[in-house]
Amino acid sequence: MLINAFLQALREIRRNLMRSLLTAMGIVIGIASVIAMVNIGKGASLSITNSISKLGSNILFLTPGQQHGPGGQSAVAIPFKTKDVDLLRESITALEAISAVESSTMTALYGDQNYQTSIKGIENDYFKIQEFSFHEGRDFTNNELRSGLNSCVLGKTVVDKLFIKGEDPIGKKLRLQKFSCEVVGVLNPKGANTFGMDQDDVILVPLKMFLRRISGNDNVHLIMVKVKENIPLEEATVQISQLIHERRHLKADEEDNFSVRNMSALLDTISQITGMLTIMLGAVAAISLIVGGIGIMNIMLVSVTERTREIGIRMAIGAMPQDILIQFLIEAIVLSGLGGIVGVIFGISITMVVSHFMHFTLIIDPTITIISLLFSMLIGIVFGIIPARKASNMNPIDALRYE
Amino acid sequence: MIELGGINKVYGTSEASSTVLKDVNLKIKEGEFVAIMGPSGSGKSTLLNILGTLDVPSSGKYTFLDTDVTSLTKDQRSLFRRYLLGFIFQGFNLLKKTTAIDNVEMPLIYLGVKAKERRERAYEALKSVGLENRAEYEPSKLSGGQQQRVAIARAIVTNPKVLIADEPTGNLDTSRSHEIMQILQEFNKNGITIIMVTHEEEIASYASRVLHVRDGILEKEVHNAH
Ligand SMILES: Nc1ncnc2c1ncn2[C@@H]1O[C@H](COP(=O)(O)OP(=O)(O)OP(=O)(O)O)[C@@H](O)[C@H]1O
Ligand SMILES: [Mg+2]
Repeated sequence: MLINAFLQALREIRRNLMRSLLTAMGIVIGIASVIAMVNIGKGASLSITNSISKLGSNILFLTPGQQHGPGGQSAVAIPFKTKDVDLLRESITALEAISAVESSTMTALYGDQNYQTSIKGIENDYFKIQEFSFHEGRDFTNNELRSGLNSCVLGKTVVDKLFIKGEDPIGKKLRLQKFSCEVVGVLNPKGANTFGMDQDDVILVPLKMFLRRISGNDNVHLIMVKVKENIPLEEATVQISQLIHERRHLKADEEDNFSVRNMSALLDTISQITGMLTIMLGAVAAISLIVGGIGIMNIMLVSVTERTREIGIRMAIGAMPQDILIQFLIEAIVLSGLGGIVGVIFGISITMVVSHFMHFTLIIDPTITIISLLFSMLIGIVFGIIPARKASNMNPIDALRYE
Repeated sequence: MIELGGINKVYGTSEASSTVLKDVNLKIKEGEFVAIMGPSGSGKSTLLNILGTLDVPSSGKYTFLDTDVTSLTKDQRSLFRRYLLGFIFQGFNLLKKTTAIDNVEMPLIYLGVKAKERRERAYEALKSVGLENRAEYEPSKLSGGQQQRVAIARAIVTNPKVLIADEPTGNLDTSRSHEIMQILQEFNKNGITIIMVTHEEEIASYASRVLHVRDGILEKEVHNAH
């Protein structure tokens, strides 16, 4: 009986294929967004976790101000000074590398080419922290660093944009707004990072030069440090915090007006943001599933009315009300279930495309796939019950007389 | 086999009511071929529908063999029709876009017959009405007479005790009508009781017994010589 009802349902759906497809659209969209959301979310966080462990989870970021949850920067964000960086470098033995990082966006000119890129003032340790290696040329000399000479190191993307193929950038002079700099090195490409940003789209200059020529003061807004392999991250964090705390003459019980974070803290922030996005997308999915369910109920009510005579014939032949109920309920379940299957296919396709372009790890979670399919069928039951009851409550004689 | 006692059928509310059947008493024996005749609106279909349990009387008693049909629940009436009755309608009432053999199989699905046996029995039923070579045709590709023969096959495929037919030839021309009646007569000879409504004397003459209904009242009886 159930198998026959199922086959009958498939036949009915094929008979009204266009209508059925449109009806199931709400379910398709709802299920596709759930699948895409969950899978992309998982893939993204796995990628971030992976790249953190790959890039060395022993990197700390010092920034002025305190971050209270996503977007909540505290009011007092006093920048660091270059002296702070020197002090950290001298006093904390746990550090393997340390570099201030100041950045800005500028247009670089070479010949008749111009290209807008990110320009960063750094110290040589930055190459070590970021694990940059040189395609050609070299890092900055002590002389360049100390006196802030106009030399620069280019990422692969910048080289591609400004120089014609085969041209050697080393020794060439770029124009950066009011000053020029000589190219001393070219980095090996690293590709996009976890957040999809091109890490090779950068011009690196000595920090001193950046401060003198671009910012015009001694303020530092980011310090990156790499902690020695055998030293726990927490220990180094505490040491750094204490030093800056004292140096800023904060009282013992006073809150830090700077923060020392590692990648996993960054990950927390990101997951808070993605958590919010998930809730929003979840709401969208829920609404479209409800709308989809109502669509199914609507079309099933239409179908019951259209097929009143058929219901009468079946009852005359000996179908019990429950047989009719099951037939229409199964039809609603098959309809929403097919919507679910198409939704899963779409959802997985979206996941694949997004993962590919965002460089996330591709994860297709079987659990969420199964739950989604079951849920889509549940929608069929919930929204199919009213039309099915309407059909089964008919009187055989009235149904047969229906024109 | 069938006994109606004091059957009344009233439509509408107590203020604006119309009595369609008045104190109908009737006995039908197993193997009979009964025709019900009468003017339009006299209550023939109503009576037939009550006999077929598609409709219920307002009062009175209906017994089938030893069963009090009037006391059956809706579900039990479905089972009663499923196991004991077969229906033939004026408008054929086949399912659209469903092949002849699938239409004939349908009652067997509700009987819980397995797919293979269903196919065989439906094919046999089609053969008995001479339509085995139209098994895969949909109703829209069959003539009226052929559609009614499919409907007959569907009605007899379950080996019912009684065939209920409301103007089975009403939509057919004369020669098609006689074809259908010959088929019905054949089934009657094989033991199926037939109760049929018609308003054509010629069609009624196939029956072994003719009942006349006028304004909801069952009139005199004529016994055909067969
Ligand atoms: N559902 C209903 N509600 C109210 N009156 C009804 C209903 N069904 C039938 N009637 C009335 O009952 C009377 C008998 O109807 P019925 O269908 O039994 O007539 P009939 O003898 O079969 O006529 P015909 O030869 O035209 O088919 C008619 O007057 C009809 O209007
Ligand atoms: Mg009638």
